Amino acid sequence: MIIKVLGPGCNNCKTLERVTKEAVAELGISATIEKVEDYGAIAGYGVMSTPALVIDEVVVTSGRVPTPAHLRELLTAAAK
Amino acid sequence: MNVIEKIPTSKRGHVTFLVAFGAAIVLAYRINGWVWNHLLYNVFGMSPTSRLTETIHFFFFDSVKIGLLLIGIIFTVTILRSYMSVERTRALLGGKRQGVGNVMAAGLGVITPFCSCSAVPAFIGFVAAGVPLGVTFSFLIASPLVNEIAVGMLFTLFGWQIAAIYIGAGLLIAIIAGWIIGRVKAERWVEPFVFETKLGGQIIDTTGGLTLEQRIQMGLEEVGSILKKIWPYLLVGIGLGAAIHGWAPADFFLKYAGKGNIFGVLIAVLIGIPLYSNAAGIMPMIQALHEKGLPMGTLLAFMMSVVALSMPEMILLRRVLKPQLLVVFVAVVGSGILIVGYLFNALIPN
Repeated sequence: MIIKVLGPGCNNCKTLERVTKEAVAELGISATIEKVEDYGAIAGYGVMSTPALVIDEVVVTSGRVPTPAHLRELLTAAAK
Repeated sequence: MNVIEKIPTSKRGHVTFLVAFGAAIVLAYRINGWVWNHLLYNVFGMSPTSRLTETIHFFFFDSVKIGLLLIGIIFTVTILRSYMSVERTRALLGGKRQGVGNVMAAGLGVITPFCSCSAVPAFIGFVAAGVPLGVTFSFLIASPLVNEIAVGMLFTLFGWQIAAIYIGAGLLIAIIAGWIIGRVKAERWVEPFVFETKLGGQIIDTTGGLTLEQRIQMGLEEVGSILKKIWPYLLVGIGLGAAIHGWAPADFFLKYAGKGNIFGVLIAVLIGIPLYSNAAGIMPMIQALHEKGLPMGTLLAFMMSVVALSMPEMILLRRVLKPQLLVVFVAVVGSGILIVGYLFNALIPN
């Protein structure tokens, strides 16, 4: 699974990266987590409010850091 | 997090939660004055007329008052705004022309949940989707300028007239500034990569289909994250407010920034531009300065320049705008704020 955290480096973007790493470790999913900071690339995903989370090229959340529970749901759904 | 996971899950539970939450805030707000009077005068036996007691009273009373107001206002605003999204706003603005587009964009800028930290991706998203540049600017200007939290606080502290004037003036500045930027063919001052960006991916509507429980959760999260971010500003602001309230001679500010001084508004705006705080953080100071007789126009102009024009935002916007356009942006918005300040000083009796 390829997970991308979209965000130019704001606080929420760092938080999202951290909680995503935690959730992935907790669920034992094998995934690579990348940070996308280029504005053109972020806009390329159709994202207008950061931070956003992209799992296997699909935007799953944008504009806020999801709660750990919601994040685990998203990850398990995508892992199937 | 623990609080958030305790939100009841049934519909009835949500309503009960909302009612209890609202009642708790109103009650705390009501007894706030009494608690501090009792504590300071009766328990600690301080003299109600001494200057020091007054300053301390102002500080604690205001900290709690502003804190409660913020919790209530941020929570309500977040829930209401969760029914809008930047994506929906862009869809509404797509294909709109100058004029009508500017008016709509300014209005939507007020109600769309938007953090200025997302100004750049939103700018690219709007422009690349064909929203005219001037219309995009009306949105980007209105969004921080007419801040709902500020509206809520002005309403509770100064009454609906001042709140309405603030909204009207902010909208007008955003509409006209965006229109002017659209007229001067500012496209040549936008970094070319913006127009070359291809919008891919599916547009996800981040707020559609949320349950009430999720919206309540968002509201509580937002209260926590905003308060966590602004509490230092808030305490400094309330501290300054308390100092001004207790110690500044009554005519000190009047002499330098009262209606008698033609440059009052200009000075307020020049001080406000490099200052970076949010509307909530400076509200206690605004309140204390108003008590000392500063005219409302000057104070509104000060607040607007603090929230609408800031260095960090300029640095962010520099990624997509050439310096010329940044200068035009600051000049147009700054003059708008100046005009508003002078106009209201002339119109509002103090």
